[in-house]
Amino acid sequence: MENRSLVSIAQYSREKILYMLDMAKEFEKKPNRKLLEGRVVATLFFEPSTRTRLSFETAANRLGARVIGFTDPKVTSSSKGETLKDTILMVSNYADIIVMRHYLEGAARYASEVAPIPIVNAGDGANQHPSQTMLDLYSIYKTQGTLENLNIYLVGDLKYGRTVHSMIQAMRFFNPTFHFIAPDELRMPEEYKQYCQEHHIKYMEHTEFNEDIIADADILYMTRVQRERFTDLMEYERVKNVYILKNEMLKNTRPNLKILHPLPRVHELAYDVDENPKAYYFQQAKNGLYAREAILCDVLGITLDEVKADSNK
Amino acid sequence: MNQKKQELQVAALENGTVIDHIPCDKVFTVVSLLGLTDGHSKITIGNNLDSKKLGKKGLIKVADRFFTDEEISRLSVVAPSVKLNIIRNYEVVEKKQVEKPETLRGIVRCANPKCITNNEPMPTLFHCIDKEHRAYKCHYCEKEQCLDEMKLL
Repeated sequence: MENRSLVSIAQYSREKILYMLDMAKEFEKKPNRKLLEGRVVATLFFEPSTRTRLSFETAANRLGARVIGFTDPKVTSSSKGETLKDTILMVSNYADIIVMRHYLEGAARYASEVAPIPIVNAGDGANQHPSQTMLDLYSIYKTQGTLENLNIYLVGDLKYGRTVHSMIQAMRFFNPTFHFIAPDELRMPEEYKQYCQEHHIKYMEHTEFNEDIIADADILYMTRVQRERFTDLMEYERVKNVYILKNEMLKNTRPNLKILHPLPRVHELAYDVDENPKAYYFQQAKNGLYAREAILCDVLGITLDEVKADSNK
Repeated sequence: MNQKKQELQVAALENGTVIDHIPCDKVFTVVSLLGLTDGHSKITIGNNLDSKKLGKKGLIKVADRFFTDEEISRLSVVAPSVKLNIIRNYEVVEKKQVEKPETLRGIVRCANPKCITNNEPMPTLFHCIDKEHRAYKCHYCEKEQCLDEMKLL
């Protein structure tokens, strides 16, 4: 059988991305279904991530599946020295899908090679987190009506933020213009700028973050600037207040602008932004449910046509 | 003179492979990479021989052994300058150079300590992304690294 696992957003073609967004749209119309009735979804969280786990488990529950799993590796055999392969093969005996989060990079790829059932990567270290990317894309698609020709501004930690790296990869099909706004220590790594050049993706870099810079933005994607990322803490103190979005900065922005953030936020989004209709981060998280329902169905081979037929039931 | 002496040092080969132009400090790594420590082939190892190209060089003659391209490509990590002469009936019938392989399986370690391959009993796998710069990408953690900085397993 062909391995239907979702390990990395890079494995999705342009057509597949649009197909998955169409499927997510169906689930938004009608989130509660019985498409996975009688199936078992295992959520294996070798590293805690409450937000992602709740989202996947809600998606599974709303599709009628049952959920097994663990939320803390301390209670599992991996703390006794069991290999990942053994854990995966053992759980494969019980479940129809494994959704896994792991602190080691490449863990999901390896699991997908040894498991007889599909693996959904819910984050492997700093590497990939494709369901996050799909919900980001769905949020963009839904609020802008298209993924084509958008001005996307990525702000904050562009060095370690895997969400922004995956976003660049996924958007390569849709002729975006990126603006990278970050302090020097956290600027976009060379390999991703090279990636942009290879794929003819336009980009500009800024260290300043103010009203004028963001005036042409369609999407403002904020990320957290984390203290622990800095080798020089004086540098952190200097920049920590520079990359904060305040409501007054949004006055002259485009009417279609939407503000995204993978959450949790700390202080990079001032609380007065929440009331602005351009703030979209909580709806964005909700879109994660629909994107993940689509992913769970797709890895099990349930097609968009079947989902559409089910919508009319 | 020198040339003659060198020839006297290493016995002529009827059939087999001469691995030439090995950097002196890599001779024994090449021996183990090609699995020459096991088996019954007659092997002559020369080291610190004079070389026009390298100054000093190592050389290995293996009787009745012919290496596959996959075996040869393993050498690209430690000794990309190596040349192989295939000998049949005392004649050099073919010369081979070490090619940079498209993939490296189970040969080198991933430099990323957070990579699954460094934490699980499993073979590593790398794909070449840029031959000229000897750049390889880990199949698992997707980190790009240069062959010159990679360590053998």
